[in-house]
Amino acid sequence: MKGVRNVALTIILFCSSILAWELIVRAFEVPTFIFPAPSQVAVALWRGFASGLYQKHLYHTLLETVLGFLLGSALGFFLGTAVALNRYVEYFFYPYIVMFQSLPKVALAPLIVVWFGLGLQSQVVNAALVAFFPLLVNTMVGLKSADEDRLNLMRSLAATESQIFWMLRLPNALPFVMVGLDVAMIFALIGAIVAEFVGARAGLGMLIQSMNFNMDVSGQFSVLLILSVVGLLLNRCILLIRRRILFWDPSEKERLQQERISL
Amino acid sequence: MEAIAVNDLSKFYSTHDGSVHALQQISFSVREGEFIAVVGPSGCGKSTLLKILAGILPPSKGEARLRGTPITMPRRDIGVVFQSPVLLPWRSVLDNVLLPVDVQRLGRSTHQKLAMDLLRLVELTGFERRYPWELSGGMQQRVAITRALIHDPAMLLMDEPFGALDAMTREQMNLELQRIWLERKKTVLFITHSIPEAVFLADRVLVITPRPGRIIDDIEIKIPRPRTLEAMNIPEFGAFVHSIRGRFDLKGVIDA
Repeated sequence: MKGVRNVALTIILFCSSILAWELIVRAFEVPTFIFPAPSQVAVALWRGFASGLYQKHLYHTLLETVLGFLLGSALGFFLGTAVALNRYVEYFFYPYIVMFQSLPKVALAPLIVVWFGLGLQSQVVNAALVAFFPLLVNTMVGLKSADEDRLNLMRSLAATESQIFWMLRLPNALPFVMVGLDVAMIFALIGAIVAEFVGARAGLGMLIQSMNFNMDVSGQFSVLLILSVVGLLLNRCILLIRRRILFWDPSEKERLQQERISL
Repeated sequence: MEAIAVNDLSKFYSTHDGSVHALQQISFSVREGEFIAVVGPSGCGKSTLLKILAGILPPSKGEARLRGTPITMPRRDIGVVFQSPVLLPWRSVLDNVLLPVDVQRLGRSTHQKLAMDLLRLVELTGFERRYPWELSGGMQQRVAITRALIHDPAMLLMDEPFGALDAMTREQMNLELQRIWLERKKTVLFITHSIPEAVFLADRVLVITPRPGRIIDDIEIKIPRPRTLEAMNIPEFGAFVHSIRGRFDLKGVIDA
């Protein structure tokens, strides 16, 4: 019963804050180009989807984000594995990785537009660049974190290094890799949007930019709404994968318990 | 033939403040099917001895032989049970038991039935699809014992396997280990710092003193089997425990 009451409370709280927002904007006659009322945002949202404009840009942004995420995290995973497994790769590459990591990657967006143009590949590259590091670092740490007792067990069975990798190090690194993927997904979205700000022919980021020039603030609000839903859904996808793969991980069980409590 | 022959074995560790003499000229032999307990206080090099026998650690001097061949690297015919169960959480109980089979490519299909038989032997039937976190500490350690037996090793090495369990579970596990050993007749080298546990389980007890680790006594435990927990109350049992404890008092080692 407590669950039902909490859900009801959540809905009431949400509706009343929307209502308060609407009333305040109307009562103080706040101009739409400063802060639109929820009803105006809803109208903008409706108009955008009805004309097919939002779908087109949404598709573009989603495509960039997912492609960038896949590319960046795959590269990050493989380089992270190489660094973790090979002393020489670590010795020669790690200093550059550290240096590059402290750089805010989105600052490279203008350069990337110069190199890759206004098309899709420019945004994909930018998203991949930001998604790369969370995977790199987490894969590295995860592969190196295999417990000494478990290593001794594998060695006592006369396991080869490649067996130790496949049977111990890799599954052991998966919780870290999943954390990396979780972060990389959201980072990829940020990377794609920033790249669209800098210069693109399509995408929700580009749409925000052009709406800003036209002082279409309710339009911007409606796109922000779409972006937050997109971010949430992408994050959920990763969580679902995580739950399937890491059913054995203690932190996953804790998370499940927490979610049960919060419901 | 002797199952294990250890000859003049020494091990030094070099640390930043000099070298540590972990084992000094250890020599002993174990007959096929014999249960040997190695007892000594912490830091006496018991675990070092086990790692050398497991082939994970090379000796500094001397050698250890298993069925006549020197142990120089990890071998396929040794089963090890560590202090903690060391189960892989992403593998089910059955898959954990079959880990040595996977590593040594012995063929899952032929070993599946054996695994089930062994799980029945340690009374874990019905748990084969469960995961390690669903099991109690004692059950996890029984899975670890099963895993050490699956590839039918020539020797079973046990490094304080019940040290992390509570006293009652520990007694239960001792009884069960005896039962398994009577059924399988493996050569066992069992490391412990509990003197009563050593006397209860072993045919022979090797007494080791620390820094440097040396064998100062080799006592045959002549108590008939199967031994029950009541056997701990008979006078001979007390006498063995007393005499081993006496060896440590002479050396001024208190924590035994």
